[in-house]
Amino acid sequence: MAVRKNQANLTATEKRNFVDAVLELKRAGRYDEFISTHNAFIIGDTDDGERTGHRSPSFLPWHRRFLLQFEQALQSITPSVTLPYWDWTVDRSPRSSLWADDFLGGDGRSGDGRVTSGPFAFSGGRWPMNLRVDGRTFLRRSLGTAVRELPTRAEVDRVLAMDVYDAPPWNSASDGFRNNIEGWRGPNLHNRVHVWVGGQMTTGASPNDPVFWLHHCFIDKLWADWQKLHPTSGYLPTGDTPDVVDLHDTMKPWNDVTPADLLDHTKFYTYA
Amino acid sequence: MSRPTRRQVLYGSAASLAGVVLAAPVAHAAHADRAVERSADGHGHPAAGGHSGSGHDMPEPEPFDEMYQGRHIAGWPADSGDSPGGQGGHGKRARRLAGPHDGMDFVVRIDNDDLHVMRNADGTWISLVNHYEKFSTPHALARAAVRVLQGADLVPVITG
Repeated sequence: MAVRKNQANLTATEKRNFVDAVLELKRAGRYDEFISTHNAFIIGDTDDGERTGHRSPSFLPWHRRFLLQFEQALQSITPSVTLPYWDWTVDRSPRSSLWADDFLGGDGRSGDGRVTSGPFAFSGGRWPMNLRVDGRTFLRRSLGTAVRELPTRAEVDRVLAMDVYDAPPWNSASDGFRNNIEGWRGPNLHNRVHVWVGGQMTTGASPNDPVFWLHHCFIDKLWADWQKLHPTSGYLPTGDTPDVVDLHDTMKPWNDVTPADLLDHTKFYTYA
Repeated sequence: MSRPTRRQVLYGSAASLAGVVLAAPVAHAAHADRAVERSADGHGHPAAGGHSGSGHDMPEPEPFDEMYQGRHIAGWPADSGDSPGGQGGHGKRARRLAGPHDGMDFVVRIDNDDLHVMRNADGTWISLVNHYEKFSTPHALARAAVRVLQGADLVPVITG
């Protein structure tokens, strides 16, 4: 059984294997397909129309399936690799080892935000921005600039305490755990982390920054933590809801997997 | 600097991976009543079923057209034509192409390049370059995008 670990606890070899597999997916042209898919849903998911990947109940199962697909792609390169998670309630500084040159590389430089160190720096030539929303072809970050602080453990706990998964109108205006962890309401968890990192992470093409996967892996873990805290609270809605994915509806773009299929993550991996 | 044409397919494979979500136009007017009743601090409670009834609780934002930090930013309601004045014919055409403006309420351009924007249920706005951050108006959103772009050109996003 695959075990997903906190990135702070990875060995040097585990970090290198993860980074090398990511770079190989990029070299082979497979990485950018994930950016395309994500951006297509970012644009297509609307509060008053069909919505699947974001601002809707299936935000969590959709990203769980998306991460599984990415993890399987990494494992096709190196079978032992699993997705690490970034607990940003603990590793909340630009000086965290997450941003060291042996892992994701550092903050962007002043002026243009270009990441200049680590495996994904433009100068290394291995991390081209093929899919982007503007003309800049280099990975950018601006850690802690647009918003100063990452969410705190207290804020996470406040959201984990919510006992209803989601609620009408099943979009960015909803009450409930899903919308509060996504960040359109309440203390702003998931969305705020994208903004804190800055650069491509603030855009629809956010998977251009590999930290996307570590951030969403932690969101996925928090969903599992919430399920453990609320064993009688299930996924909602359960049926006949216009424009959103009900419990037993299949999700695009895969069309062969439902939220119900993904509720138990231990079928696929566990968290350490 | 060479500028990509609108027809260049930046997200070419998106359609094959996720095509059907891209095809659905948004009948926003019909669902405007899903903007829930909420207090000024954004912590109100949705009406049961999410239908508050009026459909007129989100005011149409003001058009704008200005220079901001050296960039020409402009925005106008998508149903008023192809330019701020509604007479059409200025710059690159957007609304008649299947693509960036499908389902959009409001057109925002920076130096005449389209910026994809979306309205949230609470009446706030997001753009493709600040997708995880809400803005009160398209004007504020456009100015924020200029600051993020730091002089870079927007690249057209073709989605299908």
